[in-house]
Formats: sequence, C-alpha cells, structure tokens
Amino acid sequence: MSVLTTPAGIAADAADVLRRRPGADIAGAVFRWLLIGATVFATGFLGVLLAVMIVDGWDVLSGNLWYFLTNGFSQRSAAESGVSQGIIGSLQVALVTGVFAVPIGVATAIYLVEYAQDSRFARIVELNIRNLAGVPSIVYGLLGLAVFVQTIDRFTKGASVIAGGMTLAALVLPIIVITSVEALKAVPDSLREAAYGVGATKWEVLSRQVLPAALSTILTGTVLALARALGEAAPLILVGAATGFLSFGDANMFETFTGPYTALPVQIFNFARLPGADWGVNAAAASVVILVLVLAVNGLAIYLRNRFEKQW
Amino acid sequence: MSLTQDRPELTAADLQTSRSRRARSHTVRWLFMGAAAVTVLVSALIIWTVASEAWTYISQVELDKLTDIGWFPRRGLFDLSTLLVNTLQISVIAMLVAVPSGFGAAIYLSEYAHPRVRKVMKPTLELLASVPSVVLGVFAISFITPSILTNFFDDINYFNKLAAGIAVGLLVIPLIASIAEDSLRAVPLALREASAGLGARKVTTSIRVVLPAALSGLMAATIVGFSRAIGETMVVTIASGGGDTSLFNLSILESGGTLTSAMAALGLGTDQVAGNNLAFQSLYFLGALLFAITLVLNMLGDVIVRRLRNRY
Repeated sequence: MSVLTTPAGIAADAADVLRRRPGADIAGAVFRWLLIGATVFATGFLGVLLAVMIVDGWDVLSGNLWYFLTNGFSQRSAAESGVSQGIIGSLQVALVTGVFAVPIGVATAIYLVEYAQDSRFARIVELNIRNLAGVPSIVYGLLGLAVFVQTIDRFTKGASVIAGGMTLAALVLPIIVITSVEALKAVPDSLREAAYGVGATKWEVLSRQVLPAALSTILTGTVLALARALGEAAPLILVGAATGFLSFGDANMFETFTGPYTALPVQIFNFARLPGADWGVNAAAASVVILVLVLAVNGLAIYLRNRFEKQW
Repeated sequence: MSLTQDRPELTAADLQTSRSRRARSHTVRWLFMGAAAVTVLVSALIIWTVASEAWTYISQVELDKLTDIGWFPRRGLFDLSTLLVNTLQISVIAMLVAVPSGFGAAIYLSEYAHPRVRKVMKPTLELLASVPSVVLGVFAISFITPSILTNFFDDINYFNKLAAGIAVGLLVIPLIASIAEDSLRAVPLALREASAGLGARKVTTSIRVVLPAALSGLMAATIVGFSRAIGETMVVTIASGGGDTSLFNLSILESGGTLTSAMAALGLGTDQVAGNNLAFQSLYFLGALLFAITLVLNMLGDVIVRRLRNRY
C-alpha cells in the first residue's frame, strides 16, 4: 500500500477487505459460537429445569393431579398430600400484597414524576427506593416478624395472611414504584400541556389524561411484581408460613385472612425438607405447578406490555 | 349585545376554577406525598428493628463465642467465620457460573443477534428472572448433585455448597445479563463504526472497543449480581444449609450454612427460639450484617452505573 492514497488504492483495499470471507475469520467464528453457547446456556436451563421437574414429579402429575391440587397437606404420607392450602394461601397473600403495595407504589410514582420538583424529600425517596430494591428478601421477613407479626398484632392477629401479605407488599413496593415511574415518564408532556391549556386542574390532568395513558404499562408492572411475590418463600418463612396450615374448618373466608396460613413456595420447601423419595415427587410436582403459574402470569404480562407498548 | 361597552372586567378570580376543584387538586397532592413518605418509613422500620435487636445481641453476647468451632446458635456458639466463609464460597461459585454466561449472552444479544432473535431472547431472560428460587433449590438436590456432580466427585455430600452455588449462579444469570446488555448498548454506535472503518473485524471491535467502553457497566453487573447471590436464601437452605447448625468446613463438597440459610433455619423455629438465650437476637444480628453488606455493594453498583450513564 502506498503512502499516497489514491481512489484506486482505496478501492483495492476495500476489495481486499471484502475478499476476506467470513469463514476465514476463525477467531471471529469461535468467539461467535462461544457467545451463542453462553446464550443457550443462560436461557436453555429453563427447559432443562422444567423437564427435570416434570420427570421427577410424573407420578403425581400423570396419576392424581386433580387430587394433588384440591387436597391439603397430610402428615401420614406423601401420596395423600396435596397443595390446595398453598395455592389458596398464595392467592390470599397476593391479594393482600396487591391491596397494600399497588396504591402506595403507584401514588409514590405519581408524586415522584408529577409533583416533586427535585426537592430534597424527592431525592431521599428516590435513593430510598433504589436501595430498597436491593435489600435481600429475607431481611423483609425480619421487618414482617418484628413489625407486622409482633408490634401491630392487634391488627394482623400475629402470623397471619395479612402479616404475610404486608411483608411481601414491602418487598414488591420498590418494583411497583420503579415500573410506574417509567410508565409515567413515557407519557409525553404535550398531553399534559394540552389538558392544562383547556383549563384542567392538576388532578384532572392526572386522573383524566396521564393515568389512563400510562395505565396498561402500570398494570403489567404490577402483575410482574405480584408474580414475584407469588414465588417468594424466604420472607414468609420468618412470618410463620412454614409452620402454619390454612384451616378450612368452620372459619369463613374473612377469618382465614387472620388465621394460620401457608403458601405454595413454602409448601415446596417443606416437601423438599422431608426425607424420602415420595416427598421428593411431591416437591417436583408442586414445582411444576408453581412454574406454570408464575411463567404464565409473567408471560402474559410481558406479552401484553410488548403488545400495547405505545409509540408516542 | 354590545361587545365593547358593558363587558365586565375580567379578574384573576374568573380565570381560576371553582374552589372545590382547586381544593381537590390540592388535597390529592398530600395523599401522593404521604404515600412517598410510607416508602421511606419502610426503610426506617427495617433499619430500626434490625439495628435495635442486633444491638441487644451484640451487647449481650460474649465476644469469644463469635469465634468457635461452628454455628450452633441454640448451644450459644456463634462462629461468624463459618457463615461468612460459606457465604463467600457459594457466592463466588455462583459468579463463576453467572458471569461468563451472563456476559456472553449480553454480548451476543447486543452485538451479534439478529433483531428478531433479540426480540425473543430479551423477554425470555425476563421470564427466567421470575423462576422461584425454591424451584432451583429442588433442582440442585434432585438434578445438579445426583445427575451431574456425582460423576465428577465420588465423595460429595447430598447437601453441598457446590450445587447450591451453581443453582444460585443460574438464578443470577438473567440479572447480570440484563444489566450487562444495557451497558453494552449504551456504548455509542460511532465507536463501533469507527473501529469497523479502520478495518477491524467484528470480534476485534467487540473485545477491544465495545467491552472496554462498557467496562464500568460490566463491573456494576458483577457487583449487583454478587450482592444478589449473597442475599439468596431458599436455594442455599434447601441444597446446602438445611440444618440450623454447621461446623466450620472449607470443602465445597460438604454442606454448610450461610448468613441467609442460618436466618431461615432460625426463623423456622421462631416460636421455640423466642426467649431462648441469644438465638433469637442472633437472627437480627445476621440480618443487620446481611443488610449492611448488600447495601454497600448495591450502592457501589449504583454509583458506577450512574457514572457510566453520564459518560455518553
């Protein structure tokens, strides 16, 4: 190659680059396949996980799945035990979680996006949310045990569905705030300005324009957060879900919220702790149930979000 | 009607809306601010409960009990080094699994993958992040140890730190991949184009240009992933630290409890533990330790991510 570049010289170099076939680039090909391998490993283990759980739990899943889903825990044998208490308990806990976490989380997001003008308080709230998001889930269990089970036991009646739900509400609160903030920030200012322009008050702008526009994204964020709560076991162990069992007895639906309870992931943990292969079958079968549940809820939320993602 | 003569003068009061509309708009502002205050209250309650009970423990425990043959809380032996070493071993194993495959998947998705592949893989990673950790714990004892590790190690314990570490690693992959991918995509296209314009191959561009430019983001991904691995509870409780006691042991083929699994074990017997020497308070002491460690790591990761965001 000459020092003086001429159009002919550049063309010759370019042709030389183009002539190098991709196949000749061995390092590049190796690197590319390593990356593909890593990606397959990172995402493929979900398939392996599902397959292993289905195989291990096949005795229950193929034979008496309905019995397994509709019957409670039996200390006598694994074959007589089911996960109905866990499923109902998980749904009840998720309900309480939603009741506490969604209003507070969405309202906090509204405050941060629509009201706070970089005040000191707003900065404290933001920093606080970011830090809360990284607190290990079992630490929330300590909060639940000390505050929700012991300090305000007059309201929660001790280790109850309400205490468990409030604990998980604290856990998913930062997730709901963060996704709602993103959703509100995505609403363009022109929408707000147009509403102000025709004389709406701040609250009317929010309730009639901004919130409806952000609603679908906020909803999917909420669903993702509740799915996270559905799979959590560690904090619930500290607030009594491991030793309690939902009693069907003569309690009405309302009373079960203040009684002993358990949750599906905690039941899986209990199955896994019991010695003997037949309890292992139950653990695997219950794992399939929770995986299907959590993946379905999540998949739906992610699908809806991608579907209704607005392009402003 | 005369337009010019008898038009009343328009005052500021006319432009304002009715008193009730303004009042409502003003009231809701305080509701939103109140919700934001609740999120700060959650943090304050966590810190207060954990710190005060941990202080009770620190001030009462005989300090020489903190270094002993192992962690036997109910016998008054609280060897912290046992739990800390096990936590470190399991977290490092988890990072050895999660960092290569997480980074590999991130580089593939950001640099190589066809947009259509990317569009499928990103939500898949999100879906993976929602797999409940109890399920991975069951996976560790029902598949990783018996079907894989026993082929390599003859004398491996049924409960062992290696399998627990691998399973925690699988759990952390999506988190690491997602942060790493974000930081790779934050590298401006101009850098890649300049590199390609100089005739660099894609592999050279990826390794010599894009990776160094995203280095701080990759570091942040590693730190946040490490913090998540330290805080993971259920996998370790099921696969390695089942019992509430553990003897100091450096072998990763043996069982051993971590900060988190020791907390879960103490929590399982909360009713018995309460009032029993210092075991109950040690639960909060471990929580305080865990909270402090993860908080420092998360803040470090956060600072690095922020600095990266400001660079480009």
